Amino acid sequence: MGTLQSSAGHPLYTELSEKTGFSAEQIAVLHKRFKQLSHNEDILRRQHFDEIPDLSCNPIRSQITEAFFDKRNFSRSNEGKVNEIGFEEFLLVMSHFRPPSQSMTQEQRENVRREKLRFLFNMHDTDNDGTITLEEYRHVVEELLSRSGALEKETAKSIADAAMLEVASISVGHMEPDEFYEGITFEHFLKLLDGFEIESKMSIRFLNVDATTLCK
Amino acid sequence: MDFSFTRQAAAFLIVCSCLCVSAEVSTPAGVTLLPPVQPENGPQSYPNAKKSNLPVFTINYSRIQIPFEITLWMLLASFAKVGFHVYHKITIWVPESCLLISIGLIVGGIMYSVHEEPPAVLSNSVFFLYILPPMVLESGYFMPTRPFFENIGTVFWFAVVGTLWNSIGIGISLFGICQIEAFGVQDINLQENLLFASIISAVDPVAVLTVFEDVSVNEQLYIVVFGECLFNDAVTVVLYNMFSFVAEMPVVEPVDVFLGMARFLVVGLGGMGFGILFGFVASFTTRFTSKVREIEPLFIFMYSYLAYLVAELFAISSIMAIVCCALTMKYYVEENVSQRSCTTIRHVVKMLSSISETVIFFFLGVVTITTEHEWNWGYLLFTLLFAFIWRSLGVLVLIPIINPFRTIPLNLKDQFGLAYGGLRGAISFALAFTLPESIVRKHLFVTATIAVILFTVFLQGISIRPLIELINVRRTNRKEDLINVEIHRRMMEHTMTGIEDICGQWTLHTFPDMILIRDSRPESGIVALYKKLELQNAMEILDSVSGDISSAPAIVSLHEEKKGSAKPMKKFLAKDLNNMHNILSKNMYSIRQRTVAYTNKHALPNESQNREILIRRHSSIRRSFRPGSFQSTVNDHEATSEVGYPLRLPQSNHPRCSTSGAVMPLHRLNTLNEFPSVEVLNEKSPSHSASQDSSLPDCHFSTNNNSSADDLRNEEGEEQRPLPPSPALVAEPRNNTHGNPLLRRPQWNQKK
Repeated sequence: MGTLQSSAGHPLYTELSEKTGFSAEQIAVLHKRFKQLSHNEDILRRQHFDEIPDLSCNPIRSQITEAFFDKRNFSRSNEGKVNEIGFEEFLLVMSHFRPPSQSMTQEQRENVRREKLRFLFNMHDTDNDGTITLEEYRHVVEELLSRSGALEKETAKSIADAAMLEVASISVGHMEPDEFYEGITFEHFLKLLDGFEIESKMSIRFLNVDATTLCK
Repeated sequence: MDFSFTRQAAAFLIVCSCLCVSAEVSTPAGVTLLPPVQPENGPQSYPNAKKSNLPVFTINYSRIQIPFEITLWMLLASFAKVGFHVYHKITIWVPESCLLISIGLIVGGIMYSVHEEPPAVLSNSVFFLYILPPMVLESGYFMPTRPFFENIGTVFWFAVVGTLWNSIGIGISLFGICQIEAFGVQDINLQENLLFASIISAVDPVAVLTVFEDVSVNEQLYIVVFGECLFNDAVTVVLYNMFSFVAEMPVVEPVDVFLGMARFLVVGLGGMGFGILFGFVASFTTRFTSKVREIEPLFIFMYSYLAYLVAELFAISSIMAIVCCALTMKYYVEENVSQRSCTTIRHVVKMLSSISETVIFFFLGVVTITTEHEWNWGYLLFTLLFAFIWRSLGVLVLIPIINPFRTIPLNLKDQFGLAYGGLRGAISFALAFTLPESIVRKHLFVTATIAVILFTVFLQGISIRPLIELINVRRTNRKEDLINVEIHRRMMEHTMTGIEDICGQWTLHTFPDMILIRDSRPESGIVALYKKLELQNAMEILDSVSGDISSAPAIVSLHEEKKGSAKPMKKFLAKDLNNMHNILSKNMYSIRQRTVAYTNKHALPNESQNREILIRRHSSIRRSFRPGSFQSTVNDHEATSEVGYPLRLPQSNHPRCSTSGAVMPLHRLNTLNEFPSVEVLNEKSPSHSASQDSSLPDCHFSTNNNSSADDLRNEEGEEQRPLPPSPALVAEPRNNTHGNPLLRRPQWNQKK
């Protein structure tokens, strides 16, 4: 990180560092990347994300891109979407992917876990109503499996249905034949992914990102 | 049907084994039979030499004796191995080493009863120069690198310090026992006791690893045991050499102890250095072997063996050398050599090591019966006792010391697994058997070693499986998760990849990479891995006989009745869920796969997990693998791959910087250049249709698939009509299951 300008002492960085939990070096690296993605402007728009070549072959790219513009990921209380984000929001979204540090208490780990799961949940729940309905779930499964071109939509639908059933049986237990399972709430989601080691899977070591030698 | 096949196989094996054994037993050594000289009728006059006719039929056994006997031994042992798998139940409960030893015992018994000596094959040099290297090479080559490097501290700590602890502890305790007059072994001095102790402390958990793998024990425990076995061998051999040198010295001075420690360091580090050096040289060589594919595997073997021999030359740890050579070489070699050479290397390494192991255990069984034993109850029992005690103590003391430094500490149950899994095996036996004759009590040591080996292998080996299951050691989560968890896991991986791409996880070539990898053309990680998986799938299809027909779930009922409503009310049968899991696993994408490739000691690494298809970036590549034109397209692909577009095959464990701590060489993702080159590939395969969209072409099938193709086509016709909600399978999902283009069934036609 030798030739980066004003990495450690930048006042904005320290403030951001407190907000997001990144270290100053990581923020510097991410800032570089931000500038690159946004062609040296100060705001990122959706089309900037579409320009990333690798991302275009990701089946859930639209969800990932949307996640950056989703206000719910900026702070707890927001809702809705924006059309452009600044560096701070970029960092806030990225901060969901920080690996948990070694020196965390159990409670902090739990919080980190909730945050990450919340991020995932928001990716599914596109209409902001706090539950993942069957339609939304189907949409996600279709996206995931859609790239092969080999799975029909019907199969994807059925898989989504089976998954919903599973959630229902786990969270609600035995249901009466007439009952209708509304959708997966966040609590059910937590319960569902209880054994899932999201802390380790959903983390990036940001210092290994080296934005200096790109070819774009 | 099955049973009769089993009986036939068993009968065949028994007949062959009997033939082998009788051949060995009855062929007299060194007899040359010639037909008798035709007797003269008249008086023999001296100048008239006896007229001997041309011998029509001669037997000259002495000429071929040694290779013949070796071959017969190996064949017999291999028959034994084949025989074990005739009954599946046996191999579950009884580890293979036990079975091999038992067969050896039987054969030894036969030989003893006819007063025949076993071939004096196992001498010191033969063992150390020919039998040991393949075993160690295999361990080094198939070591799962990422988990190994993550646990390297524990492994070294436990291997080195643990072995020292064991050796010295056992040695001193046995020395203490020797002082007791009642056992009559007072003449064994401290050096010899230490020597014996170092032999005994060589752990060989082959059986344990098989059990661990079957039980899916957690990865940490597995890798610690695996690594410990490997480096423990190195340490033991070093100690052995040191102590045998010392044992011959009449007096030991403190400076000798100090020199011993220094020597230890030299030996260990020197071995590693040599290994890494040879590994790099080998990688560099493979960079230029694109024209001589047939001898590529030869380079690998020769370099590893050379590393071993050169290390032996300098009397440094040859095991360390060959292991480090294999570890270093593996990554670069698998990038540079062709797919076939890669397969060849793996197969041959496995085969050679299997031969070595088999021979050793077999020999152990035979020697048990046929050697003269010196039986000393006290010494034996105490050896057993101390071996067990010191290992347990070692585990209990050392592991808590290293636990704070580990991210995932080993709990008590893991420690129990570690302690109980300390089986002795081939190396101990070979070391004991090849003790120099100058040791007076050599036979006692051999007897004691054999006793310990038999005890641990049989008792501990057989009982470890129920025990592990009983105490419920923490397992890896390999059982099927909920569908939801699978979906979310994939989703997570895609998200992670997306975020990484957004973050600009550019990676650089490191200096070694630029020199050692032949084609340093940067490639997107996705496409590279995709190609590798597609190729592997192609290979698997070629190999497997009739593929797996995973039946489609009876999903139709659900989808028929749920038109318009969003009521997931139906319960799914377990079978359906299974099928769904199959669909999911066959059709979900895993971009950067991070599963651990567990390796069974007696089987090749299982790569059927790699059936997950990656993002079809270019459907043209996929179309190139049409089942019908398989033979030619695979060759085409190979040809194009070697001529214009060399494939790089990163390891499936290729760790990404994001989620693993290990630092691996990095590659530039130059995705902008990727597109044209893939077009090139498309053009070079002339049999493909030119369309680039995701519509799928018609396939023609090879003849043996025609029947199934026809059946399926008929069923496809049915899918147009609404199906009754019966368990009749919908062809559609079945087709969809094999979205994998490399499976033989027609699946292209459902696109409307």
